[in-house]
Amino acid sequence: MVWGRRSGWRSWLLHGGLIAGAFAMIYPLLWMVGSSFKPDSQIFTELSPLPRGLDFANYARGWTLGTGMRFSVFYVNSFIVCAGAIAGNLFSCSLAAYAFARIRFRGRRVLFAVMLGTLMLPFHVTIVPQYIIFHTLEWTNTFLPLIVPKFFAVDAFFIFLMVQFIRSIPLELEEAAMIDGCGRFGMFIRIILPLIKPALVTTTIFTFIWTWNDFFSQLLYLNTQDNYTISLGLRQFLDSSGASAWGPMFAMTSLSLLPVILVFLFFQKRLVEGIATTGLKG
Amino acid sequence: MARFRRPLGENTAGYLFLLPWFIGLTVFLAGPTLVSLGLSFTDYNLLDVPNWVGVRNYERLFTQDRRYHNALMVTLTYVMFAAPLNLAFALALAMALNARIKGLGAYRAVYYIPSLLGGSVAVSILWRQIFGLGGIVSQILGFFGFEGSSWVSSPSQALWTLIILHVWQFGSPMVIFLAGLKQVPAELYEAASIDGAGPWRQFRVITVPMLTPVIFFNLVLQIINSFQAFTPAFIVSGGTGGPLDSTLFYTLYLYLQGFGNFRMGYAAAMGWILLVIIGAVTALAFFSSRYWVHYEDAGR
Repeated sequence: MVWGRRSGWRSWLLHGGLIAGAFAMIYPLLWMVGSSFKPDSQIFTELSPLPRGLDFANYARGWTLGTGMRFSVFYVNSFIVCAGAIAGNLFSCSLAAYAFARIRFRGRRVLFAVMLGTLMLPFHVTIVPQYIIFHTLEWTNTFLPLIVPKFFAVDAFFIFLMVQFIRSIPLELEEAAMIDGCGRFGMFIRIILPLIKPALVTTTIFTFIWTWNDFFSQLLYLNTQDNYTISLGLRQFLDSSGASAWGPMFAMTSLSLLPVILVFLFFQKRLVEGIATTGLKG
Repeated sequence: MARFRRPLGENTAGYLFLLPWFIGLTVFLAGPTLVSLGLSFTDYNLLDVPNWVGVRNYERLFTQDRRYHNALMVTLTYVMFAAPLNLAFALALAMALNARIKGLGAYRAVYYIPSLLGGSVAVSILWRQIFGLGGIVSQILGFFGFEGSSWVSSPSQALWTLIILHVWQFGSPMVIFLAGLKQVPAELYEAASIDGAGPWRQFRVITVPMLTPVIFFNLVLQIINSFQAFTPAFIVSGGTGGPLDSTLFYTLYLYLQGFGNFRMGYAAAMGWILLVIIGAVTALAFFSSRYWVHYEDAGR
């Protein structure tokens, strides 16, 4: 029974309210996308998000405007950083998660508690010494400070996610493998990794979104335009080109959200499950 | 991988698997946390050798630095309004969507999208325009006959634009609430109905108590996250925390001191105070949870 327990008019009322609320929620985004197709003179005089036509002039202007660098460079940089972070998280978090979920080594309870504790560690406590490390290694203004830590499982959220997942896999599979002479590493590669694919996908999606949206660490470590990511490229619209470039600015901000929206559309189910089971922030 | 063919001792295997994590913990998390504590007692500008100054950084922060006191107040105000309002919307919408409604997937997706995009620079830029002069907000207010003004450049309103931006992202706690609501046994509602309890009473007597663990979880998460907000304040204020420091978030001030003025010892002290504040607030939440959080399966 699709309409639930509610009588007709109450159901209509609920839907009316929900639709109005949904419209209010996404209106700012619609307005932004609409404005990206409008000439500057119309952007701040019209409330309607609908443009009068599909004019891509703002996109062409925005792609190169005011930065001296094309957005293609920023996109490539963002994708490199995302790919590196994803590879790092998949590698390091799955290894750690397997140990915490399955292996009975001494001190696992304490270490597990420490791992959970790092979930609450504010980024800003560690940032000064981290910066000093990367400065000393002369890694500033490269992608390394944004990628290398991920290969050492600094995002405990994903370890936790995978631990939960591995614990739901029956032990019998590994016991059978052990009888066949399979070591821990073999079990991990041949049995666990294929079975935790959903958790690996969730990790990939969230790492992508967080890295794509990240601003603070990119601001900290990347200083020259040829290394700028999307976040830093967009920020330049605030510094330089000033009041005359609203259209191109909205064109580039709209475009920058597209990869995240595409990922969301394709992996919605995984995302929702990921949040619901671990409380990952969106 | 011949080395791994024979079952290793569980200890060796465990430590090997944990090696990357353990290095990361030492080099990037626990180590820096301790080094940060040490640095907080020094003057350090990244080029010269750190100069031991004792508790002077803390003394200055606590007693002299008015900008710091202001940043603390701004951040506390932000957390106090943004986190609970966000959760209130999240719970209300989760309740509405939980009523076996048609099109749940579509509604959930639309309400969730702001959470997904809200942390980006793009949305912060958008917000700056929406609440700026001539933006949607001043146009709508103008339509109703109010003086159109720029919230972003008003010291009394700028912080509210950021609070609204945070509240707008209630989608992810909403999804967690939805998952929690599904766990509430339907028999409880049936029994309550038979006893003549109306919807409001059912909400108060069944839904809220059964949901307190999830509310608690969301609350802790929200507090920790909103204390650390940075991007919206930086972008909306153009990197200054203005107007008149009204959006000078704690993290933004830390950034300006540490990486704008290169007073890294000072920034480290601020980082440690933040750690203590977040730790204390979280501990308070845990302590208070004994009195209001109801664990159904406590004995299981």
